[in-house]
Amino acid sequence: MNRYITAYYLDEEDLLKGLGQLKAKGLEIMDVLTPFPVHGVDKALNMRRSRLTRVAFIAGVVGATLGFGFQAWVFTVDYPINIGGKPFFAVPSFMPVAFELTVLFAAFAMVIAFFVSNKLGPAAKAVIHDERITDDRFLVVVKVGDGEGEENIKEIELALAEAGAEGITLKV
Amino acid sequence: MYTSPLREPLIRGNKNYKQVTDDVLSPMAGKPSKYWYAGITLAGIALLFGGWATFRTVFYGIGEWGLNKTIGWGWGITNFVWWVGIGHAGTFISAILLLFRQKWRTSINRSAEAMTLIAVMCAGFFPLIHMGRLLLGFYIFPYPNTRSLWVNFNSPLLWDVFAISTYFAVSLIFWYVGLIPDLGTVRDRAKTKIRKAIYGFLSFGWTGSARHWSRHETVSLILAGLAAPLVLSVHTIVSFDFATSVIPGWHTTIFPPYFVSGAIFSGFAMVLTLMIVTRKALNLEDYITLNHIESMNKVIILTGSIVGIAYLTEFFMAWYSGVEFETYAFFNRAFGPYAWAYWIMMTCNVITPQLFWFRKIRRSVLLTFIISIFVNIGMWFERFVIVVTSLHRDFLPSSWTMYKPTVVEVGLYVGTLGLFFTLFLLFIRVFPVIAVAEVKGVLKSSGEQKKITDHE
Repeated sequence: MNRYITAYYLDEEDLLKGLGQLKAKGLEIMDVLTPFPVHGVDKALNMRRSRLTRVAFIAGVVGATLGFGFQAWVFTVDYPINIGGKPFFAVPSFMPVAFELTVLFAAFAMVIAFFVSNKLGPAAKAVIHDERITDDRFLVVVKVGDGEGEENIKEIELALAEAGAEGITLKV
Repeated sequence: MYTSPLREPLIRGNKNYKQVTDDVLSPMAGKPSKYWYAGITLAGIALLFGGWATFRTVFYGIGEWGLNKTIGWGWGITNFVWWVGIGHAGTFISAILLLFRQKWRTSINRSAEAMTLIAVMCAGFFPLIHMGRLLLGFYIFPYPNTRSLWVNFNSPLLWDVFAISTYFAVSLIFWYVGLIPDLGTVRDRAKTKIRKAIYGFLSFGWTGSARHWSRHETVSLILAGLAAPLVLSVHTIVSFDFATSVIPGWHTTIFPPYFVSGAIFSGFAMVLTLMIVTRKALNLEDYITLNHIESMNKVIILTGSIVGIAYLTEFFMAWYSGVEFETYAFFNRAFGPYAWAYWIMMTCNVITPQLFWFRKIRRSVLLTFIISIFVNIGMWFERFVIVVTSLHRDFLPSSWTMYKPTVVEVGLYVGTLGLFFTLFLLFIRVFPVIAVAEVKGVLKSSGEQKKITDHE
């Protein structure tokens, strides 16, 4: 059974200051839940830069190749038709569709990767620690392992209180 | 952090985060006002009129329209281009203004994007109905078929299929990804079980985790980067429908930039029309302030002036080219039987936006509203002038003729207006009209609060 200690701040400046202090004490923070993106939290949690941009790039290249290649195949190999005397392999007129497919593939692949990596999706169940985090609370979540004794929990709670967090609660 | 004393706050009224949530989301929870009911009734009647016109067109065929052998494109294409143009503002606001770091976009991007999606739906309806047989609409996509034929990839009309459907799909996911955190807020505030379940489903299990936010920001930025050239490509490709043909008045290289700026011009006008009503109806004057209206009016002056210069350039080039047919086409536009349409276009699109050079007019809600309607009308006439005046007197004087829409064509147009307002009115009831999380993000740096730690 996982247990969590949660505590909240009412302001993102206080949150960042508090996170700095907790980090200095070596407390491992599992997550920070905020109503909007707070710049600096990513550094405090030692988060890596997102790799979603690579997904977008690769999918974009696939889309471009597929879009251009398909048109070229249709008009040169599968069913060449003389349209107003234009060349069969008409590179400029393949560009619009190739461009649109590049954007389409990149955008969809990236958004799907975003949902998968965050485990978000229709009807995905959210673990809601505090309903006010989508309103005006900035919540810090610390995970407590099974083996941890009462003393350890007290210590974490004290650290959170010292860092200015409010509403410290232990949740099962 | 340095904040200029001259720059007015983006959000007025010294709000805290909770107030922002309350202000934006409370209109969704209460009962709709009687104006809302009146609006949706009117829109519903318009939609029914459109339904009748659609039935006539599908049941009896395109003969129900006023088109003839000379004029094969009339109101259908006019409306299509007009709606696509209106659909340009939303993604312009959320993508290009995001890349330019224009923070004022946060108050209007959500509803502008919703407007974009609805306008593109209205636009897509016209090419489909123009085919006459709606059921065979899927013929426009390249799919393996028993005729072993593919679509014509050399045709701008086919490029349109790809451009419009990609634009719709990418705008939709861009809008929805931005909506997810706010749907989480709605879920967490929901009072009833059903509401909680529905918004819980729609919010995709959003928790507000720092990791999710970090990826969310990356996705928004890259989607903006992808959507920015996409916005510009869509009306460029729509303009190719005309520019790649050999009809005098259509066959010009100026069309792509001219159409794109016209699209942004009309899109912003429609955003203003809707926002001025919405901010009043939902008490959002602190979020969509006079500064927002003024900023949008500045975009209108810029794009309106580009459109004006394009009109004059076109006219000059028609004369300077020395091509008899080109010169006649433009002379006929300005002084021929459709001159009234041309001069409505010139007045509404070239003269009225120039009034925004006056600060007083730019910051007047009533005048902005009136001028925005003028721009909407003017941009409709621009498309009408381009489509009809170029066609009605072609190379053979014996086939010269006039075009008048039938009541069925009017019905289709009114029907899409009904669809537009119905869906927009439903949107303001079920989704947060302002991007709550984004507004909270800029509240401290651009709101009236000055709680900045280092300089307190």
